[in-house]
Amino acid sequence: MKKVEAIIKPFKLDDVKQALNEMGVTGMTISEVKGYGRQKGHKEIYRGAEYVVDFVPKVKLEIILDDSQVDGVVDVIVKSANTGRIGDGKIFVTPVEQVIRVRTGERGTDAI
Amino acid sequence: MNSGDIAWMLAATALVMFMTPGLALFYGGLVRKKNVLATIMHSFISLGIISILWVLYGYSLAFGTDVGGFVGGLNYLGLKGVGLEAGPYSDTIPHILFAAFQLMFAIITPALITGAFAERMKFKAYLIFTIAWTTLVYFPVCHWVWGGGWLGEMGALDFAGGTVIHINSGVAALACALFLGKRLGYGTNAIAPHNVPMTVLGAGILWFGWFGFNAGSALAADESAAMALFVTQIAAGAGAVAWIIGEWLYQGKPTTLGAASGAVAGLVGITPAAGFVGPMGALVIGIGAGIICYFAVVAKNRLGYDDALDVVGIHGIGGLWGALATGLFATAAIGGVDGLFYGNPAQFGVQALGAVVTIIFSFGVTAAILKVIDLTVGLRATPEEENMGLDLSEHSEVGYTW
Repeated sequence: MKKVEAIIKPFKLDDVKQALNEMGVTGMTISEVKGYGRQKGHKEIYRGAEYVVDFVPKVKLEIILDDSQVDGVVDVIVKSANTGRIGDGKIFVTPVEQVIRVRTGERGTDAI
Repeated sequence: MNSGDIAWMLAATALVMFMTPGLALFYGGLVRKKNVLATIMHSFISLGIISILWVLYGYSLAFGTDVGGFVGGLNYLGLKGVGLEAGPYSDTIPHILFAAFQLMFAIITPALITGAFAERMKFKAYLIFTIAWTTLVYFPVCHWVWGGGWLGEMGALDFAGGTVIHINSGVAALACALFLGKRLGYGTNAIAPHNVPMTVLGAGILWFGWFGFNAGSALAADESAAMALFVTQIAAGAGAVAWIIGEWLYQGKPTTLGAASGAVAGLVGITPAAGFVGPMGALVIGIGAGIICYFAVVAKNRLGYDDALDVVGIHGIGGLWGALATGLFATAAIGGVDGLFYGNPAQFGVQALGAVVTIIFSFGVTAAILKVIDLTVGLRATPEEENMGLDLSEHSEVGYTW
Protein backbone atom coordinates (compact mmCIF):
# COMPACT_ATOMS: atom_id res chain seq x y z
CA MET A 1 0.00 0.00 0.00
CA LYS A 2 1.10 3.52 -0.70
CA LYS A 3 0.22 7.01 0.37
CA VAL A 4 0.00 9.62 -2.36
CA GLU A 5 0.42 13.08 -0.95
CA ALA A 6 -0.21 15.88 -3.44
CA ILE A 7 0.25 19.58 -2.79
CA ILE A 8 -1.70 21.55 -5.36
CA LYS A 9 -3.12 24.96 -6.11
CA PRO A 10 -6.34 25.45 -4.12
CA PHE A 11 -8.46 26.39 -7.12
CA LYS A 12 -7.50 23.10 -8.83
CA LEU A 13 -8.97 20.97 -6.05
CA ASP A 14 -12.36 20.46 -7.70
CA ASP A 15 -10.79 19.41 -11.01
CA VAL A 16 -8.50 16.94 -9.27
CA LYS A 17 -11.27 15.50 -7.14
CA GLN A 18 -13.55 15.03 -10.12
CA ALA A 19 -10.84 13.36 -12.17
CA LEU A 20 -10.01 11.01 -9.30
CA ASN A 21 -13.68 10.17 -8.77
CA GLU A 22 -14.01 9.26 -12.44
CA MET A 23 -11.16 6.77 -12.15
CA GLY A 24 -12.70 5.19 -9.05
CA VAL A 25 -10.80 6.70 -6.15
CA THR A 26 -13.36 6.58 -3.36
CA GLY A 27 -11.84 8.68 -0.62
CA MET A 28 -9.28 11.28 0.22
CA THR A 29 -8.29 13.63 2.99
CA ILE A 30 -7.46 17.26 2.31
CA SER A 31 -6.05 20.08 4.36
CA GLU A 32 -5.38 23.74 3.78
CA VAL A 33 -1.65 24.27 4.10
CA LYS A 34 0.86 27.00 3.44
CA GLY A 35 4.35 26.72 2.11
CA TYR A 36 6.79 27.76 -0.52
CA GLY A 37 9.12 26.28 -3.03
CA ARG A 38 10.20 28.02 -6.18
CA GLN A 39 7.04 30.11 -6.32
CA LYS A 40 7.53 33.47 -4.66
CA GLY A 41 5.01 34.80 -2.12
CA HIS A 42 3.12 38.02 -2.49
CA LYS A 43 3.21 41.54 -1.10
CA GLU A 44 0.60 42.94 1.29
CA ILE A 45 0.27 46.63 2.20
CA TYR A 46 -1.35 47.85 5.41
CA ARG A 47 -1.29 51.60 5.97
CA GLY A 48 1.85 52.08 3.98
CA ALA A 49 3.76 49.20 5.59
CA GLU A 50 4.66 46.50 3.08
CA TYR A 51 4.89 42.88 4.10
CA VAL A 52 6.22 40.07 1.95
CA VAL A 53 4.19 36.96 2.65
CA ASP A 54 6.39 33.98 1.76
CA PHE A 55 3.98 31.21 2.58
CA VAL A 56 1.53 30.64 -0.24
CA PRO A 57 -1.80 28.92 0.47
CA LYS A 58 -2.01 25.39 -0.98
CA VAL A 59 -4.20 22.35 -0.60
CA LYS A 60 -2.71 19.01 0.42
CA LEU A 61 -4.48 15.81 -0.61
CA GLU A 62 -3.69 12.49 1.03
CA ILE A 63 -4.88 9.30 -0.62
CA ILE A 64 -4.07 5.74 0.46
CA LEU A 65 -3.98 3.27 -2.43
CA ASP A 66 -3.20 -0.26 -3.36
CA ASP A 67 0.19 -0.38 -5.13
CA SER A 68 -1.45 -1.18 -8.46
CA GLN A 69 -3.43 2.08 -8.51
CA VAL A 70 -0.57 4.44 -7.72
CA ASP A 71 0.78 5.19 -11.19
CA GLY A 72 -2.68 5.87 -12.61
CA VAL A 73 -3.61 8.17 -9.76
CA VAL A 74 -0.37 10.11 -9.99
CA ASP A 75 -0.87 10.58 -13.72
CA VAL A 76 -4.41 11.85 -13.21
CA ILE A 77 -3.31 14.32 -10.53
CA VAL A 78 -0.46 15.61 -12.65
CA LYS A 79 -2.83 16.11 -15.56
CA SER A 80 -5.72 17.66 -13.69
CA ALA A 81 -3.69 19.91 -11.36
CA ASN A 82 -1.42 21.23 -14.09
CA THR A 83 -1.55 24.86 -15.19
CA GLY A 84 1.97 24.94 -16.63
CA ARG A 85 2.95 27.77 -14.31
CA ILE A 86 5.31 27.83 -11.38
CA GLY A 87 3.64 26.79 -8.12
CA ASP A 88 1.60 23.87 -9.47
CA GLY A 89 2.80 21.76 -6.56
CA LYS A 90 4.41 18.39 -5.86
CA ILE A 91 3.41 14.79 -5.34
CA PHE A 92 5.04 12.46 -2.82
CA VAL A 93 4.55 8.70 -2.80
CA THR A 94 5.44 6.79 0.36
CA PRO A 95 4.91 3.23 1.56
CA VAL A 96 2.17 2.59 4.12
CA GLU A 97 2.70 -0.27 6.59
CA GLN A 98 -0.81 -0.85 7.73
CA VAL A 99 -4.36 0.45 7.30
CA ILE A 100 -7.11 -0.31 9.81
CA ARG A 101 -10.79 0.54 9.44
CA VAL A 102 -11.93 1.72 12.86
CA ARG A 103 -15.55 0.55 12.55
CA THR A 104 -14.84 -3.10 11.70
CA GLY A 105 -11.22 -3.62 12.58
CA GLU A 106 -10.47 -4.78 9.00
CA ARG A 107 -6.82 -4.53 8.05
CA GLY A 108 -4.76 -4.11 4.89
CA THR A 109 -6.18 -3.40 1.47
CA ASP A 110 -9.68 -4.39 2.63
CA ALA A 111 -9.64 -1.34 4.89
CA ILE A 112 -8.79 1.18 2.17
CA MET B 1 -36.04 74.42 27.81
CA ASN B 2 -36.63 73.43 24.22
CA SER B 3 -38.02 69.99 23.50
CA GLY B 4 -36.44 69.96 20.02
CA ASP B 5 -33.02 70.59 21.50
CA ILE B 6 -33.54 68.01 24.23
CA ALA B 7 -34.67 65.38 21.73
CA TRP B 8 -31.67 65.93 19.49
CA MET B 9 -29.18 65.98 22.35
CA LEU B 10 -30.57 62.73 23.75
CA ALA B 11 -30.05 61.12 20.36
CA ALA B 12 -26.64 62.74 19.85
CA THR B 13 -25.46 61.47 23.23
CA ALA B 14 -26.38 57.92 22.26
CA LEU B 15 -24.65 58.37 18.89
CA VAL B 16 -21.40 59.44 20.53
CA MET B 17 -21.61 56.55 22.97
CA PHE B 18 -21.80 54.18 19.98
CA MET B 19 -18.46 55.46 18.70
CA THR B 20 -16.51 53.75 21.48
CA PRO B 21 -17.61 50.20 20.63
CA GLY B 22 -17.03 51.24 17.00
CA LEU B 23 -13.49 52.20 17.95
CA ALA B 24 -13.13 48.85 19.73
CA LEU B 25 -13.86 47.07 16.43
CA PHE B 26 -11.74 49.52 14.41
CA TYR B 27 -8.76 48.76 16.63
CA GLY B 28 -9.66 45.11 17.22
CA GLY B 29 -9.38 44.25 13.54
CA LEU B 30 -5.97 45.91 13.25
CA VAL B 31 -4.17 43.72 15.78
CA ARG B 32 -3.15 40.10 15.55
CA LYS B 33 -5.72 37.43 16.37
CA LYS B 34 -4.16 36.71 19.77
CA ASN B 35 -4.77 40.28 20.98
CA VAL B 36 -8.22 41.00 19.60
CA LEU B 37 -10.07 40.84 22.91
CA ALA B 38 -7.47 42.73 24.93
CA THR B 39 -7.61 45.50 22.33
CA ILE B 40 -11.40 45.60 22.24
CA MET B 41 -11.43 45.61 26.04
CA HIS B 42 -9.24 48.73 26.19
CA SER B 43 -11.98 50.72 24.47
CA PHE B 44 -15.01 48.93 25.85
CA ILE B 45 -14.14 49.09 29.53
CA SER B 46 -13.51 52.81 29.18
CA LEU B 47 -17.32 53.07 28.94
CA GLY B 48 -17.36 51.80 32.51
CA ILE B 49 -14.33 53.41 34.12
CA ILE B 50 -14.89 56.93 32.85
CA SER B 51 -18.61 56.86 33.67
CA ILE B 52 -17.67 56.27 37.31
CA LEU B 53 -14.99 58.98 37.36
CA TRP B 54 -17.38 61.39 35.69
CA VAL B 55 -20.04 61.08 38.37
CA LEU B 56 -17.58 61.20 41.25
CA TYR B 57 -15.35 64.12 40.21
CA GLY B 58 -14.72 64.19 36.46
CA TYR B 59 -17.55 66.45 35.42
CA SER B 60 -16.63 68.83 38.21
CA LEU B 61 -12.95 69.07 37.23
CA ALA B 62 -13.92 69.70 33.61
CA PHE B 63 -16.98 71.90 33.98
CA GLY B 64 -17.04 73.12 37.59
CA THR B 65 -16.54 76.77 38.47
CA ASP B 66 -13.30 77.93 36.89
CA VAL B 67 -10.16 77.89 39.04
CA GLY B 68 -7.50 80.13 37.54
CA GLY B 69 -8.43 79.22 33.98
CA PHE B 70 -6.77 75.84 34.49
CA VAL B 71 -9.30 73.43 35.94
CA GLY B 72 -12.88 73.24 37.14
CA GLY B 73 -13.70 73.56 40.82
CA LEU B 74 -15.17 70.92 43.08
CA ASN B 75 -18.67 72.36 43.16
CA TYR B 76 -20.14 69.53 41.06
CA LEU B 77 -18.58 66.64 43.02
CA GLY B 78 -20.92 63.68 42.86
CA LEU B 79 -22.87 65.71 40.28
CA LYS B 80 -24.25 67.77 43.17
CA GLY B 81 -26.53 70.45 41.75
CA VAL B 82 -26.40 69.00 38.25
CA GLY B 83 -29.97 68.10 37.55
CA LEU B 84 -33.07 68.73 35.53
CA GLU B 85 -32.72 72.50 35.29
CA ALA B 86 -30.68 74.14 32.58
CA GLY B 87 -27.00 74.56 33.48
CA PRO B 88 -24.47 77.27 32.69
CA TYR B 89 -23.56 75.72 29.32
CA SER B 90 -26.99 75.66 27.69
CA ASP B 91 -30.30 77.32 28.44
CA THR B 92 -32.39 74.89 26.47
CA ILE B 93 -31.43 71.42 27.74
CA PRO B 94 -31.23 69.98 31.26
CA HIS B 95 -27.80 70.29 32.86
CA ILE B 96 -27.71 66.52 33.38
CA LEU B 97 -28.10 65.99 29.62
CA PHE B 98 -25.13 68.26 28.92
CA ALA B 99 -23.16 66.23 31.47
CA ALA B 100 -24.20 62.98 29.76
CA PHE B 101 -23.22 64.27 26.31
CA GLN B 102 -19.82 65.42 27.54
CA LEU B 103 -19.27 62.11 29.33
CA MET B 104 -19.24 60.29 25.98
CA PHE B 105 -16.35 62.51 24.83
CA ALA B 106 -14.43 61.78 28.01
CA ILE B 107 -14.93 58.05 27.38
CA ILE B 108 -13.64 57.91 23.83
CA THR B 109 -10.56 60.11 24.33
CA PRO B 110 -8.50 57.75 26.52
CA ALA B 111 -9.79 54.87 24.39
CA LEU B 112 -8.20 56.50 21.33
CA ILE B 113 -4.77 56.43 23.00
CA THR B 114 -4.92 52.67 23.50
CA GLY B 115 -4.05 52.12 19.84
CA ALA B 116 -0.51 53.29 20.56
CA PHE B 117 0.24 50.66 23.20
CA ALA B 118 -1.84 47.85 21.72
CA GLU B 119 -0.51 44.29 21.98
CA ARG B 120 1.97 44.91 24.79
CA MET B 121 0.54 46.78 27.80
CA LYS B 122 -0.47 44.98 30.98
CA PHE B 123 -4.17 45.36 31.73
CA LYS B 124 -3.49 46.58 35.25
CA ALA B 125 -1.14 49.25 33.90
CA TYR B 126 -3.75 50.23 31.31
CA LEU B 127 -6.37 50.75 34.03
CA ILE B 128 -4.12 52.94 36.15
CA PHE B 129 -2.99 54.85 33.08
CA THR B 130 -6.52 55.52 31.89
CA ILE B 131 -7.69 56.75 35.29
CA ALA B 132 -4.61 58.93 35.82
CA TRP B 133 -4.52 60.32 32.29
CA THR B 134 -8.21 61.19 32.17
CA THR B 135 -7.92 62.88 35.56
CA LEU B 136 -4.68 64.78 35.04
CA VAL B 137 -4.80 65.52 31.31
CA TYR B 138 -8.27 65.19 29.84
CA PHE B 139 -10.32 66.95 32.51
CA PRO B 140 -8.03 70.02 32.62
CA VAL B 141 -7.66 70.36 28.84
CA CYS B 142 -11.41 69.90 28.40
CA HIS B 143 -11.86 72.70 30.94
CA TRP B 144 -9.39 74.96 29.13
CA VAL B 145 -11.43 74.90 25.95
CA TRP B 146 -15.04 74.22 26.90
CA GLY B 147 -15.35 74.66 30.66
CA GLY B 148 -14.55 78.35 30.89
CA GLY B 149 -10.76 77.92 30.93
CA TRP B 150 -8.08 80.11 29.43
CA LEU B 151 -8.07 78.74 25.86
CA GLY B 152 -11.79 79.18 25.36
CA GLU B 153 -11.60 82.66 26.90
CA MET B 154 -8.84 83.55 24.47
CA GLY B 155 -11.13 82.67 21.59
CA ALA B 156 -9.67 79.33 20.44
CA LEU B 157 -12.19 77.57 18.21
CA ASP B 158 -12.73 73.89 18.87
CA PHE B 159 -16.24 72.96 17.90
CA ALA B 160 -16.23 69.27 18.78
CA GLY B 161 -12.79 68.51 20.16
CA GLY B 162 -9.97 68.71 17.64
CA THR B 163 -7.59 69.97 20.31
CA VAL B 164 -9.27 68.57 23.42
CA ILE B 165 -9.73 65.08 22.00
CA HIS B 166 -7.59 64.45 18.94
CA ILE B 167 -4.40 66.45 19.45
CA ASN B 168 -4.55 65.55 23.11
CA SER B 169 -4.91 61.80 22.59
CA GLY B 170 -2.52 61.78 19.62
CA VAL B 171 0.28 63.40 21.61
CA ALA B 172 -0.34 61.12 24.58
CA ALA B 173 -0.16 58.24 22.12
CA LEU B 174 3.27 59.40 20.94
CA ALA B 175 4.51 59.46 24.52
CA CYS B 176 3.13 55.93 25.03
CA ALA B 177 4.72 54.57 21.84
CA LEU B 178 8.11 56.06 22.72
CA PHE B 179 7.94 55.03 26.36
CA LEU B 180 6.74 51.45 25.92
CA GLY B 181 9.01 50.66 23.02
CA LYS B 182 8.32 48.42 20.08
CA ARG B 183 6.34 45.23 20.09
CA LEU B 184 8.46 42.10 19.98
CA GLY B 185 9.33 41.36 16.38
CA TYR B 186 8.34 44.82 15.13
CA GLY B 187 10.23 45.58 11.95
CA THR B 188 11.36 41.98 11.43
CA ASN B 189 8.20 39.87 11.65
CA ALA B 190 5.04 40.57 9.70
CA ILE B 191 2.62 42.13 12.21
CA ALA B 192 -0.43 42.53 10.01
CA PRO B 193 -4.10 43.24 10.80
CA HIS B 194 -6.04 40.02 11.43
CA ASN B 195 -9.49 41.24 10.36
CA VAL B 196 -9.75 44.25 8.06
CA PRO B 197 -13.53 43.79 7.60
CA MET B 198 -13.92 44.28 11.38
CA THR B 199 -11.89 47.47 11.10
CA VAL B 200 -13.99 48.78 8.22
CA LEU B 201 -17.17 48.04 10.18
CA GLY B 202 -15.68 49.93 13.12
CA ALA B 203 -14.86 52.87 10.85
CA GLY B 204 -18.45 52.88 9.61
CA ILE B 205 -19.77 52.98 13.18
CA LEU B 206 -17.35 55.80 14.01
CA TRP B 207 -18.52 57.74 10.96
CA PHE B 208 -22.17 57.26 11.95
CA GLY B 209 -21.55 58.24 15.57
CA TRP B 210 -19.54 61.26 14.48
CA PHE B 211 -22.74 62.96 13.33
CA GLY B 212 -23.74 63.07 16.99
CA PHE B 213 -20.22 64.09 17.98
CA ASN B 214 -20.03 67.08 15.64
CA ALA B 215 -23.64 68.10 15.08
CA GLY B 216 -24.41 67.45 18.75
CA SER B 217 -21.68 69.87 19.71
CA ALA B 218 -24.03 72.66 18.62
CA LEU B 219 -25.89 71.68 21.83
CA ALA B 220 -29.11 72.44 19.98
CA ALA B 221 -31.26 71.26 17.09
CA ASP B 222 -30.40 74.35 15.10
CA GLU B 223 -28.82 75.72 11.90
CA SER B 224 -25.30 75.23 13.25
CA ALA B 225 -26.01 71.54 13.89
CA ALA B 226 -27.26 71.12 10.32
CA MET B 227 -24.08 72.60 8.85
CA ALA B 228 -21.90 70.62 11.25
CA LEU B 229 -23.58 67.40 10.15
CA PHE B 230 -23.16 68.20 6.48
CA VAL B 231 -19.50 69.19 6.64
CA THR B 232 -18.82 66.03 8.68
CA GLN B 233 -20.05 63.91 5.80
CA ILE B 234 -18.08 65.88 3.20
CA ALA B 235 -14.79 65.76 5.09
CA ALA B 236 -15.08 62.03 5.84
CA GLY B 237 -15.80 61.16 2.23
CA ALA B 238 -13.06 63.43 0.91
CA GLY B 239 -10.59 61.99 3.44
CA ALA B 240 -11.29 58.43 2.31
CA VAL B 241 -10.81 59.31 -1.36
CA ALA B 242 -7.70 61.41 -0.73
CA TRP B 243 -5.99 58.65 1.28
CA ILE B 244 -6.51 55.96 -1.36
CA ILE B 245 -5.37 58.29 -4.13
CA GLY B 246 -2.27 59.04 -2.07
CA GLU B 247 -1.40 55.39 -1.59
CA TRP B 248 -2.36 54.48 -5.14
CA LEU B 249 0.13 57.01 -6.49
CA TYR B 250 2.80 56.31 -3.89
CA GLN B 251 2.58 52.55 -3.37
CA GLY B 252 0.63 51.29 -6.32
CA LYS B 253 -2.62 50.03 -4.75
CA PRO B 254 -5.69 51.64 -3.19
CA THR B 255 -6.48 49.63 -0.03
CA THR B 256 -9.70 49.08 1.88
CA LEU B 257 -7.88 49.81 5.11
CA GLY B 258 -6.68 53.03 3.51
CA ALA B 259 -10.25 54.06 2.69
CA ALA B 260 -11.35 53.39 6.28
CA SER B 261 -8.33 55.19 7.70
CA GLY B 262 -8.81 58.16 5.39
CA ALA B 263 -12.46 58.51 6.41
CA VAL B 264 -11.44 58.63 10.06
CA ALA B 265 -8.69 61.14 9.23
CA GLY B 266 -11.24 63.35 7.48
CA LEU B 267 -13.57 63.09 10.48
CA VAL B 268 -10.75 64.03 12.84
CA GLY B 269 -9.83 66.98 10.62
CA ILE B 270 -13.33 68.41 10.48
CA THR B 271 -14.01 67.96 14.21
CA PRO B 272 -12.76 71.37 15.41
CA ALA B 273 -14.02 73.10 12.27
CA ALA B 274 -17.57 71.73 12.07
CA GLY B 275 -19.88 74.61 12.88
CA PHE B 276 -17.33 77.18 11.71
CA VAL B 277 -16.70 76.26 8.06
CA GLY B 278 -18.84 75.69 4.98
CA PRO B 279 -18.93 72.78 2.53
CA MET B 280 -16.00 73.99 0.40
CA GLY B 281 -13.86 74.49 3.48
CA ALA B 282 -14.82 70.99 4.59
CA LEU B 283 -13.79 69.58 1.23
CA VAL B 284 -10.31 71.07 1.53
CA ILE B 285 -10.01 70.00 5.18
CA GLY B 286 -11.06 66.43 4.32
CA ILE B 287 -8.71 66.09 1.35
CA GLY B 288 -5.88 67.62 3.37
CA ALA B 289 -6.53 65.26 6.28
CA GLY B 290 -6.50 62.18 4.03
CA ILE B 291 -3.22 63.09 2.34
CA ILE B 292 -1.41 64.48 5.38
CA CYS B 293 -2.37 61.58 7.64
CA TYR B 294 -1.41 59.02 5.00
CA PHE B 295 2.07 60.47 4.72
CA ALA B 296 2.30 60.82 8.51
CA VAL B 297 1.66 57.09 8.78
CA VAL B 298 4.19 56.31 6.05
CA ALA B 299 6.71 58.51 7.89
CA LYS B 300 6.11 56.49 11.07
CA ASN B 301 7.15 53.35 9.26
CA ARG B 302 10.42 55.10 8.38
CA LEU B 303 10.98 56.71 11.78
CA GLY B 304 10.60 53.36 13.47
CA TYR B 305 8.60 54.16 16.61
CA ASP B 306 5.87 51.61 17.14
CA ASP B 307 2.61 53.54 17.34
CA ALA B 308 0.84 50.26 16.77
CA LEU B 309 -2.48 51.48 15.38
CA ASP B 310 -1.41 54.94 14.15
CA VAL B 311 -3.01 57.15 16.77
CA VAL B 312 -0.29 59.77 16.29
CA GLY B 313 -0.56 59.80 12.51
CA ILE B 314 -4.33 59.97 12.35
CA HIS B 315 -5.52 61.67 15.55
CA GLY B 316 -2.46 63.72 16.46
CA ILE B 317 -1.53 64.96 13.01
CA GLY B 318 -5.14 65.01 11.77
CA GLY B 319 -6.21 66.94 14.88
CA LEU B 320 -3.39 69.42 14.42
CA TRP B 321 -4.33 69.93 10.78
CA GLY B 322 -7.97 70.43 11.77
CA ALA B 323 -7.16 72.92 14.53
CA LEU B 324 -4.97 74.99 12.19
CA ALA B 325 -7.37 74.65 9.25
CA THR B 326 -10.16 75.98 11.46
CA GLY B 327 -8.07 79.13 11.82
CA LEU B 328 -7.84 79.29 8.02
CA PHE B 329 -11.33 78.40 6.82
CA ALA B 330 -13.62 79.65 9.60
CA THR B 331 -16.16 82.14 8.31
CA ALA B 332 -18.35 84.49 10.32
CA ALA B 333 -21.27 83.70 8.04
CA ILE B 334 -21.45 80.21 9.59
CA GLY B 335 -19.94 80.26 13.08
CA GLY B 336 -19.61 83.94 13.88
CA VAL B 337 -15.80 84.01 13.62
CA ASP B 338 -13.56 84.62 10.62
CA GLY B 339 -10.32 82.77 9.95
CA LEU B 340 -7.19 83.84 8.08
CA PHE B 341 -8.71 83.37 4.62
CA TYR B 342 -11.56 85.67 5.64
CA GLY B 343 -9.29 88.43 6.85
CA ASN B 344 -8.61 87.45 10.45
CA PRO B 345 -5.02 86.15 10.76
CA ALA B 346 -5.12 86.50 14.56
CA GLN B 347 -7.48 83.51 14.73
CA PHE B 348 -4.84 81.30 13.14
CA GLY B 349 -2.38 82.41 15.81
CA VAL B 350 -4.81 81.55 18.60
CA GLN B 351 -5.43 78.12 17.05
CA ALA B 352 -1.71 77.44 16.81
CA LEU B 353 -1.08 78.57 20.38
CA GLY B 354 -3.83 76.31 21.69
CA ALA B 355 -2.37 73.37 19.80
CA VAL B 356 1.20 73.98 20.96
CA VAL B 357 0.30 74.36 24.64
CA THR B 358 -1.84 71.23 24.50
CA ILE B 359 0.99 69.29 22.85
CA ILE B 360 3.50 70.31 25.52
CA PHE B 361 1.13 69.75 28.45
CA SER B 362 -0.22 66.43 27.21
CA PHE B 363 3.20 65.02 26.33
CA GLY B 364 4.78 66.08 29.61
CA VAL B 365 2.05 64.85 31.94
CA THR B 366 1.56 61.62 29.96
CA ALA B 367 5.29 60.85 30.17
CA ALA B 368 5.25 61.49 33.93
CA ILE B 369 2.27 59.15 34.40
CA LEU B 370 3.96 56.43 32.36
CA LYS B 371 7.18 56.80 34.35
CA VAL B 372 5.39 56.42 37.69
CA ILE B 373 3.44 53.36 36.51
CA ASP B 374 6.59 51.81 35.07
CA LEU B 375 8.42 52.22 38.38
CA THR B 376 5.55 50.80 40.43
CA VAL B 377 3.42 48.11 38.77
CA GLY B 378 5.26 48.04 35.43
CA LEU B 379 3.86 48.89 32.01
CA ARG B 380 4.74 46.07 29.70
CA ALA B 381 3.64 42.50 29.57
CA THR B 382 6.54 40.04 29.87
CA PRO B 383 7.96 38.67 26.59
CA GLU B 384 6.27 35.31 27.32
CA GLU B 385 2.91 37.02 27.79
CA GLU B 386 3.40 39.12 24.68
CA ASN B 387 4.23 36.06 22.60
CA MET B 388 1.27 34.16 24.00
CA GLY B 389 -1.03 37.10 23.31
CA LEU B 390 -2.74 39.37 25.79
CA ASP B 391 -6.14 37.70 25.35
CA LEU B 392 -4.83 34.66 27.16
CA SER B 393 -2.27 36.26 29.44
CA GLU B 394 -4.43 39.15 30.69
CA HIS B 395 -7.97 37.82 30.31
CA SER B 396 -7.80 34.00 30.06
CA GLU B 397 -9.96 33.87 26.97
CA VAL B 398 -9.60 33.78 23.20
CA GLY B 399 -11.48 35.66 20.51
CA TYR B 400 -11.82 32.74 18.13
CA THR B 401 -12.10 29.07 18.91
CA TRP B 402 -10.95 27.95 15.49
